[in-house]
Amino acid sequence: MVSFLRLRKPKYVEPAVKYCSVGFESFDDQSPPSTAPRLGNLWLETNKNKNQTKRRQAKEHSGRCLDSCCWLTGYLCTVWWLFLFLYHCLPFTVVHEVPELMPGARLKREGLTALHPVVLVPGIVTGGLELWEGKPCADGLFRKRLWGGGFTRNPKRPLCWLEHLSLHNETGLDPPGIRVRPVPGLFGTDYSAPGYFVWDVLIKNLAKIGYEGKNLHLAAYDWRLSFQNTEIRDHSLSRLKSKIELMYRGNGYKKVVVVPHSMGVTYFLHFLKWVEMPPPMGGGGGPGWCAKHIKAIVNISPAFLGVPKAVSNILSAEGKDDAYIGAMASGVLDSGILGLQALEHITRVSRTWDSLVSLVPKGGEAIWGNMDWSPEEEHVCDLSKKRYSRFSLSNNNVNNSDLKIGFRVKDPVNYGRIISFGKAASVLHSSQLPTVDPKEFLRTTASEFDEMSRESIRKIAADKAYTAKTFFDLLHFVAPKMMKRAEAHFSHGIADNLDDPKYNHYKYWSNPLETKLPDAPDMEIYCSYGVGIPTERSYVYKLSPSSSCKGIPYRIDSSVDGEDDSCLKGGVYFTDGDENVPVLSAGFMCAKGWRGSTQFNPSGIATYVREYRNKPPSSLVERGGIKNGAHLDIMGNIALIEDILRIAAGATGEEIGGDEIHSDILRMSERVSLR
Amino acid sequence: MSSLRRRKPFNESSDSKPQSEKGEEEEHHEEDHDDDDDDDDNGKNKKIPSKIKKKRWEKLPSPPQQPPKWSCLDMCCWFIGCICVTWWLMLFLYNAMPASFPQYVTEAITGPLPDPPGVKLKKEGLVAKHPVVFVPGIVTGGLELWEGRGCAEGLFRNRLWGGTFGEVYKRPLCWVEHMSLDNETGLDPCGIRVRPVSGLVAADYFAPGYFVWAVLIANLARIGYEEKNMYMAAYDWRLSFQNTEVRDRTLSRIKSNIELLVATNGGRKVVAIPHSMGVLYFLHFMKWVEAPTPMGGGGGPNWCSKHIKAVVDIGGPFLGVPKAIAGLFSAEAKDIAVARALAPGFLDNDIFQFQTLQHVMRMSRTWDSTMSMIPRGGDTIWGGLHWSPEDGYSCSKEREKKNDTQITDQADAESVVCKARSANYGRIISFGKDVAEAPSSDIERIDFRGAIKGHTAANTTCRDVWTEYHDMGFAGIKAVAEYKTYTTESIVDLLHFIAPKMMARGTAHFSYGIADNLDDPKYTHYKYWSNPLETTLPNAPDMEIFSMYGVGLQTERAYVYKLSPHAECSIPFKIDTSADDEATCLRDGVYSVDGDETVPVLSAGFMCAKGWRGKTRFNPSGIKTYVREYNHLPPANLLEGRGTLSAAHVDIMGNFALIEDVIRIAAGASGEELGGDQVYSKIFNWSERINLQLDNETPVYSSR
Repeated sequence: MVSFLRLRKPKYVEPAVKYCSVGFESFDDQSPPSTAPRLGNLWLETNKNKNQTKRRQAKEHSGRCLDSCCWLTGYLCTVWWLFLFLYHCLPFTVVHEVPELMPGARLKREGLTALHPVVLVPGIVTGGLELWEGKPCADGLFRKRLWGGGFTRNPKRPLCWLEHLSLHNETGLDPPGIRVRPVPGLFGTDYSAPGYFVWDVLIKNLAKIGYEGKNLHLAAYDWRLSFQNTEIRDHSLSRLKSKIELMYRGNGYKKVVVVPHSMGVTYFLHFLKWVEMPPPMGGGGGPGWCAKHIKAIVNISPAFLGVPKAVSNILSAEGKDDAYIGAMASGVLDSGILGLQALEHITRVSRTWDSLVSLVPKGGEAIWGNMDWSPEEEHVCDLSKKRYSRFSLSNNNVNNSDLKIGFRVKDPVNYGRIISFGKAASVLHSSQLPTVDPKEFLRTTASEFDEMSRESIRKIAADKAYTAKTFFDLLHFVAPKMMKRAEAHFSHGIADNLDDPKYNHYKYWSNPLETKLPDAPDMEIYCSYGVGIPTERSYVYKLSPSSSCKGIPYRIDSSVDGEDDSCLKGGVYFTDGDENVPVLSAGFMCAKGWRGSTQFNPSGIATYVREYRNKPPSSLVERGGIKNGAHLDIMGNIALIEDILRIAAGATGEEIGGDEIHSDILRMSERVSLR
Repeated sequence: MSSLRRRKPFNESSDSKPQSEKGEEEEHHEEDHDDDDDDDDNGKNKKIPSKIKKKRWEKLPSPPQQPPKWSCLDMCCWFIGCICVTWWLMLFLYNAMPASFPQYVTEAITGPLPDPPGVKLKKEGLVAKHPVVFVPGIVTGGLELWEGRGCAEGLFRNRLWGGTFGEVYKRPLCWVEHMSLDNETGLDPCGIRVRPVSGLVAADYFAPGYFVWAVLIANLARIGYEEKNMYMAAYDWRLSFQNTEVRDRTLSRIKSNIELLVATNGGRKVVAIPHSMGVLYFLHFMKWVEAPTPMGGGGGPNWCSKHIKAVVDIGGPFLGVPKAIAGLFSAEAKDIAVARALAPGFLDNDIFQFQTLQHVMRMSRTWDSTMSMIPRGGDTIWGGLHWSPEDGYSCSKEREKKNDTQITDQADAESVVCKARSANYGRIISFGKDVAEAPSSDIERIDFRGAIKGHTAANTTCRDVWTEYHDMGFAGIKAVAEYKTYTTESIVDLLHFIAPKMMARGTAHFSYGIADNLDDPKYTHYKYWSNPLETTLPNAPDMEIFSMYGVGLQTERAYVYKLSPHAECSIPFKIDTSADDEATCLRDGVYSVDGDETVPVLSAGFMCAKGWRGKTRFNPSGIKTYVREYNHLPPANLLEGRGTLSAAHVDIMGNFALIEDVIRIAAGASGEELGGDQVYSKIFNWSERINLQLDNETPVYSSR
């Protein structure tokens, strides 16, 4: 009955309006007043005199007009009810996905059973948040979902909602009087929003081979906080540690398999360091903890080295169909109350979230390229063609490869310039560009949103390009408080000497380039991610048209387009990836940084790169698609699920086939020169 | 889908109306409109008949092009339009309504509500101190499906128990199949895995709007509690206690989580708050955690004293509840927790027709946990054929008490009734009212234990609704009835006789006796751990045990049974609902006594009032115990819902006085600071009458 009401609600405006307009014209004197409902009657009488002439004209049409309109209403309702009835009568399997496609049942027949306990670590925005203490405007929402659930879809009080989602601007913790906490347990993410499955499919399939509450755990944490703060405020890391120890003991001393997704990957990296560190900064598990408790880490869509998208998010809250802005905007923008200011409100809120900074590209120019060089420079942007060719696969396959060769002649794109102002700045040779003067970034006041002088804004932008190293100045300029807060928690460099005692500080723990993997030679690390989707890599910016948006001085210049098949579209240069994370960020550590015994991987933990080529759903019925490689949808990819199930049931990386590579990740990694 | 079901009767009535009589149509619609004006808000009901009419007219030949100006079609459409618009308008208003509106209305009618205890105590300056662990009771915890048979396709991780019970309506037989456990092992049947929901959501609301823990959680949150210092120890309440560890590692989880809570909250010990059966479960836990592995948790002898500050038992059936007997014996009992929880969605739905009770019985008999509620302590506690600790209790007094008349009158009345007659509460089951009242010398009993169980021949029809009664045959049933009356001790034998399989499982996990010598090594077995009369409390002198429960409600204590006339496909025994007697608290075949509607005072209070008071052999380290009773006051009006002063078994979780006590304890107050004992019933008198050896040194029964 609830869904019934909800579904009908959006309709209420339309027929009501229709009815009124008709009723207005169509009543005539011949209708005995007693037959009309009192409501209409009253209404009629008040308008009687006013509309006498009008009504006389409409006399002939009156019957038919009323008929047709009411008829329509009635008809629609009847059909609606009929469909609803049929829907409920249908057996479940007809309406929902066909279970045979799912690997769980098949692998069970093969004889796989639950062996290693599984820990799932959700990423940014996929975890639910609920309210524990709020301002008066949030009365009655105690322990209701603020994120991931009904409220997100249709917030009645958008401003109140945003207020509760933001953190304290200085501490990065709770603002006074507000406590918003992660939803614990398996309820944290799996049903986060209707139709927005994240872990649901994976959990279903794990359950098929015998997983249940005692050997499956979802490590919920507040994804808005910096990683160390989740421990300080909620003891999330301690909980995770205790949970893993419990599952290890409770399941016959079998090590756990950890499956982090997206930002959860760096969160778990942080955990690996934290757990072996001595208290108070660490968890005091001792140096052998990881070797003893963890069998494998299956990183799904890992953002090890950050995502360029994070930069555009912080700068201007833009970013094509971004995961969280998208989710937020659909809630706020649709409500339409905030209108044009919505984007600024969102920026204001999201800039209080420290975790965003953890996603800013790490490793500087050595990884992401400088003005004239980038590891992806030979990438061919035939992605649009590929996408097109999907509709007629067999025909275009041959042509496609021809096209590829044809385009290879084109100028390479300067991916290294992550932000460039104006298209010219993005293509010109670096010697022709003005250099950045650090003095320009000095700001008199440190307030977040006002008083950036128009002058300095313009100066900074003037025909300049910024690389993965220099854009930090830009971020500091635009969001000084956020960066100041966040730099106490995250670091984005590359370590020269990992034995330096300063690397014992927690701010380095989530950066794979500034921390060592634990001493656990039997552990395995997988990098599993989708490829074959254009992914944002660098941006062409312009000044904001007006001073109305105080916090957002720059916008992506969406008018800039390359030629038909260039990588530039709508002001954004694309590269290969899973729509959010470029291949480089997802695969580099497993493909090169940790391969063998390196500085970052002293004990020689085995790493595997598992790529999944994106194939969009062939029909609408396949919700999300079973071979999808997109950032979130990959959680429903059957090949990935099968891999995870096999690993959980005891298979090693060699047994599931070692590396599986579709992209140029190995060549790209080669070009990155890193000790 | 309720709309569809409701459609049927309307359909019939509208079909019977003449379709072509135009003259009548006018009147007919007038009626409709009048109805409509009377109760506009009931728009949903109205919409349906109109829709049916609409459908019928669709089939008729289309109306002529120039119809009379106000044809019936107009009327009908007008009607639909009107209803829909009203409906949508109301919906819109409802959605636009501020959330505090219902509360505002309530306040306008009843005057300002008192501050919830959380707000009040926050003003006093209380803040969260000790972490809190909730242990839910039977039936209040949610269960979800992890693996099912074909008929449960698509219900993966849907709630089978708790929540909306939405699916129960659709596939009741499938549901019964999945809720049942294996009859031999008491664990999962093949191919079915139903697991407890974890987290606070497991038991905050039993059904939408029917709170269990939610009010307490909300109030604790006011003084600063949140997920990191609250923990819901959800377990599968269908299993026997030890099996929750064997199958789900639940006890290990609780141990690990309590250790974590203590470690992450600056070494502050936890306050455990078990409710109902959770009380016994936690008792089991306290023994388990200190017992050595593999049977126990290996926490060592001081685990409890290191980790637990206080145990706040709410409505605890320490010594069992008589209701459980009726539930196991015949699946009835006036609103027994198990059977009645099913009732709203289940008993009333007639898909099972008359076999509902058998289905319920078959299902609930596979649940080992129901056997943990069978009264313990035998005749020593619950009374024999002609005495019981509650002798002299009378219900008429009860009624006067409610009226708050003068106390002196009350005392007089009481003594009069006392002399006249009093119920023989010791006879928990009697066949026939005369037997229940007769002096014990007059009852001729034929021992049923040796009776041969015959097989009934013509019984194939009800094979699908198997209950163990069919194995008994007529001879066995007769033998049971011939024994006439049963006290607590013989009840256990009776259950062995009528349900051998169930009790075989049950006795492996639970025990119902009183220990003679607690040092006997046999008491290290887990089956004794949940019986307070056969186990010692942990060595934790700083711990405190509170027993909080409601009083002032009629609670089932003993039953009058009769043989069911048609023993073919139904349960052969029935409560004799015709048996009534004002003077002896007999109503509808049930003798009632003071309690919280489910647990009699004796069961809830005895251990804290006497069994554990001071240093006894059950409480060797002298843990302090407190009895806190809450007198029942029904809600003043409907708007208050289940009331803030209620003392009923589950509703007490919303009792403001109780919540305040719990919060104070969680914030660090000791039992003395709370005010010590708070007693309204005669629990101390009744406890005195029970002749139980409490002293370890002298084997002579203490003669206090």
